[in-house]
Amino acid sequence: MDFTLSKEHQMLQKLYQDFAEREVKPLAAELDEEERFPDETLVKLRQNGMMGVSYPKEYGGQGCDMLANVLLIEEIAKVCATTAVILAVHSSLVPSILLKHGSEEQKQKYLTPLMKGDYLGAFAITEANAGTDAAAQQTKADRDGDYYILNGSKLFITNAGKADVYLVLAVTDKTKRSRGISAFVIEKGMEGFTIGPKEKKMGLRGSSTCEIIFENCKVPKENRIGAEGKGYSIALGALDIGRIGIAAQALGIAEGAFDETVQYVKERKQFGKPLAAFQNTQFTLAAMKAKIDAAKLLVYRAALAKDNQKVFSLEAATAKLFASETAMEVTTQFLQLFGGYGYMRDYPIERMMRDAKITQIYEGTSEVQKMVISSTVLK
Amino acid sequence: MLNIVVCIKQVPDTNEVKLNPETGTLIRDGIPNIINPDDKSALEAALQLKDKHGAKVTVISMGPAQADDVLREALAMGADETFLVTDRAFGGADTWATSSTLASAISKVPYDLIITGRQAIDGDTAQVGPQIAEHLGIPNISYAEAIELDGDSVIVKRMYEDRYHMVKAKMPCLITALAELAEPRYMTPGGVFDAYREKEVTIWGRDDLDVATENIGLKGSPTRVVKSFTKELKGKGTVVNLDTQESVDFLIEKLQEKFVL
Repeated sequence: MDFTLSKEHQMLQKLYQDFAEREVKPLAAELDEEERFPDETLVKLRQNGMMGVSYPKEYGGQGCDMLANVLLIEEIAKVCATTAVILAVHSSLVPSILLKHGSEEQKQKYLTPLMKGDYLGAFAITEANAGTDAAAQQTKADRDGDYYILNGSKLFITNAGKADVYLVLAVTDKTKRSRGISAFVIEKGMEGFTIGPKEKKMGLRGSSTCEIIFENCKVPKENRIGAEGKGYSIALGALDIGRIGIAAQALGIAEGAFDETVQYVKERKQFGKPLAAFQNTQFTLAAMKAKIDAAKLLVYRAALAKDNQKVFSLEAATAKLFASETAMEVTTQFLQLFGGYGYMRDYPIERMMRDAKITQIYEGTSEVQKMVISSTVLK
Repeated sequence: MLNIVVCIKQVPDTNEVKLNPETGTLIRDGIPNIINPDDKSALEAALQLKDKHGAKVTVISMGPAQADDVLREALAMGADETFLVTDRAFGGADTWATSSTLASAISKVPYDLIITGRQAIDGDTAQVGPQIAEHLGIPNISYAEAIELDGDSVIVKRMYEDRYHMVKAKMPCLITALAELAEPRYMTPGGVFDAYREKEVTIWGRDDLDVATENIGLKGSPTRVVKSFTKELKGKGTVVNLDTQESVDFLIEKLQEKFVL
């Protein structure tokens, strides 16, 4: 057993670090401050093949593996969690569903442009009354000849308003609860499909998060993914992949905070000594470093489990739980080391702390991950 | 199809390198190795010509076995074929022995255009490119800031400190590239995977090259580095804060002291 990355993964890591440092980091503070979506960065990600790293070349991807995508999300998140979530959502959920459950025609029509970066993807499951209780979907899809008529709305949808393609869950048979839910691909601009105003968030302020609304939205039956009634299980499978992506984002936030803090404590002086000379600083750094390393191993293990075609729900949930809790703890502790300066927007640590919080909530809250883990171990 | 050969060298990233104050030599331990920046610009220029006109880009590097990394990087950027010229017999080469060896390697592949970097950041001689052209008996155009193809010729914008030359030369010829020639592209993720999993770096050793023993390695090197040392910092400059007339008088006085005026 060897914990070093392969040569190709090491080279990818160097590539991503270089890209993140030059193309992503300079915008991070501005995106947060102005709540601005990084359109120009997405163009660069697309030009450099970074929108579909872990998907087959025949569908416009790069033919790499999950670990290669995890490394990308991690490096981007080190410098800008906003850009990382846009990418994580785009590259994890919709394409994995299309690849596994889509027809060849659906793959050509949607997966290929998504992986080339010509389309941006979004995934819509959450509703006002269906969060952790995801089976309590109320958005309806009524069959009408060759169409389904969708009515309802979805909340807090990442990339909404910017995405070209939305994967949406809706109830096709309400008598069957989770077995009466189906999955659909909705295209931007379809009649009866509208986007609500952009949410004002605590963190990830540059990403676009909106409500999406269906009012008699007519969707061709060809846009249903998988069989009728299979939507819920299709979505749950994809969430395992999504969790690895968000775990990588959380890991990156923690590592980014660590880098900033190491630099700061060497420069900032109190009582005539740099902060780094105080044992409180040293012990905090050491304890957080140990957690970050542990999170990293869990995240990489989950990615490798996926790459090795194993069942990886447990690994994904463990990685997501631990990495997101670590991101929150690390940024909170490090902000304390920064003192008053850390509370100011002149330094990135307060942004990182705000960004970290959501990683404990979305893609399954920490509590959901504990449910997944405990149900597995108590089986 | 146009055949372009690019020579690249693996060098320590001098942004991160330090000198040993006692020996005056580079401390290479733990320093990342990179493609020499001028060479990377040369590679990018070749890839741009390939994108525009269609070409086969062959990349050659001479160095120790770990120079494999920079050739994989070249593949990941879009190079078609790579060769690593490596052998103990080539070790300790100065610019003459290096260029003799590289010219012999290049003569084994088809070439219309050879692009090298102007100079390497660890040696700064700027000799190897032009020497390769001499060995091969082809024209050399150095300090290229722009390259255009014109039928079977190239038109090169040569940069000087204060002016440009526009030079046209018939291919085959050799061009040495400035870092300004082309901003290198990023590798693609798929390119990186393919570089390690699908593609090969061909190794050429002593026996693969038709080059005279007296022209290779340490023994084939007519020059020796006698001493290398860290330049001592001169004293600080003087800052004066005077009005215009006084400043001019002050300057003239200083220049006269130094016998410049």
